Amino acid sequence: MGPSFLAPLIVSGTLALTAPRLAARLAPRPAAWALATAGASAATTWLGALALLAFTGFGQIRAVADRGLWSVWYLRSQEPVSRLGAGLCGLLLLLGVALVLRASWRRGRVLLRARHRCRTLPVSGDLAVLDDPVPEAFALPGAPGRVVVSTGMLRVVAGVELAALMAHERAHLRHRHHRFLLAYQLCAAACPLLRPLAREGAFAVERWADEEGARAVGDRAAMARAVGRAALARKTDPGPEVLPAATGGPVPRRMRALLAPPPATRRAPLAAAATLALGCLVSLGFAVHTTDDLFRAARHAYVQRHPGAAGADGGHD
Amino acid sequence: MTERQAPGRRRAAGQLEGVVLAVLWAAGGPLTASQVNALLPGDLAYTTVVTILSRLHDKGVLRRERVGRGYAYAPVRDEAAHTASQMHSLLQRGSDRGAVLARFVSDLTDEDEELVQRLLAAHGDPGHHAPGRRPRGHHTPDHIDGHSTPKG
Repeated sequence: MGPSFLAPLIVSGTLALTAPRLAARLAPRPAAWALATAGASAATTWLGALALLAFTGFGQIRAVADRGLWSVWYLRSQEPVSRLGAGLCGLLLLLGVALVLRASWRRGRVLLRARHRCRTLPVSGDLAVLDDPVPEAFALPGAPGRVVVSTGMLRVVAGVELAALMAHERAHLRHRHHRFLLAYQLCAAACPLLRPLAREGAFAVERWADEEGARAVGDRAAMARAVGRAALARKTDPGPEVLPAATGGPVPRRMRALLAPPPATRRAPLAAAATLALGCLVSLGFAVHTTDDLFRAARHAYVQRHPGAAGADGGHD
Repeated sequence: MTERQAPGRRRAAGQLEGVVLAVLWAAGGPLTASQVNALLPGDLAYTTVVTILSRLHDKGVLRRERVGRGYAYAPVRDEAAHTASQMHSLLQRGSDRGAVLARFVSDLTDEDEELVQRLLAAHGDPGHHAPGRRPRGHHTPDHIDGHSTPKG
């Protein structure tokens, strides 16, 4: 019984760990899509497999088994995991669901607050200026979306570089990159194994916008300089509490990519990621099927032991 | 730039407004239309700049003062400064905030700082204000902050 429940966990774990490496070899746009798809399938499979395993333990509770007309004795003889294991899976599942809810709530709250606070900013076109010496620039999604840039940023980035920065932020808005970021964050909340995938996804989205910005101004080096100068200015002009970068070096990586020729389209890593994502869902399907078989057999065993229940059961089989 | 239909042109006009506002915010003090024009990338007609400036003034984004026969414009500061402190605390509280609002750059480690400096130096940019900032093919003062402000 074990393998069919183990497979989804193993395949989704493999996908979680290999997808970031595969994506690093792709152009940013397909990488962002591949990571979102891989993350969603891995997270679904992970939570789904946990739910199935937890349910096999849950079904062995006497009151539940009597309600479902399942033979506890049969379930125990076949149990795919120990009851302790099933309980653990149930806890992980609840934790995952709780973290997903918390992440979406927090995200929504930050977005609403940011929108509310930026509503009063002086706006011209799609640019809203924040009178803050700390260099800051971000895309604020909504209808209409806004590019928010601080005066500190306007003092260090100007001319073509500012045009590149604006084009970068507009690319975030145009391609709805906040939805990608939401997907990555929720995946990471559902399954801690997906955290590296979420980080790589956020990076891919930045690279995607970098490429669009570079194309808009027709100057890759200008986009690279804008990124570098903005990052340096943040460093030399620290706010009250600059957080140490936990990710370790996305800025130089972005600059190097921009100073190199545009990334080529590659199919092999994309195909590998797609295969693994499909493998996830197929293995989850098998696990669902196995669980279904298990509970059917348990009901059959129950009915044989309690012939009186046959009538109640008749409608179902 | 693709400018096919009216919506495209309207968007381009909006983007131009943004660039003008950016120049005024980066400048230390009020600027006249011709000073703004000199700082803008590309060849814009003087009258276009005047139109954009007076439109932004009508929206209440800019304030203006008489200088000679024309006006010098500067951004209206109060709302922007108030919001800035609020946004600052929102962005600084917790690392996940940065992930919500796709920020342009993340913070650098010390090693990355050196690397970025080397990359900038290697690609035509030795100093803080260097020729690299200049829009292609147009004369633009390198140092916007130090630009002389009109005497009022």
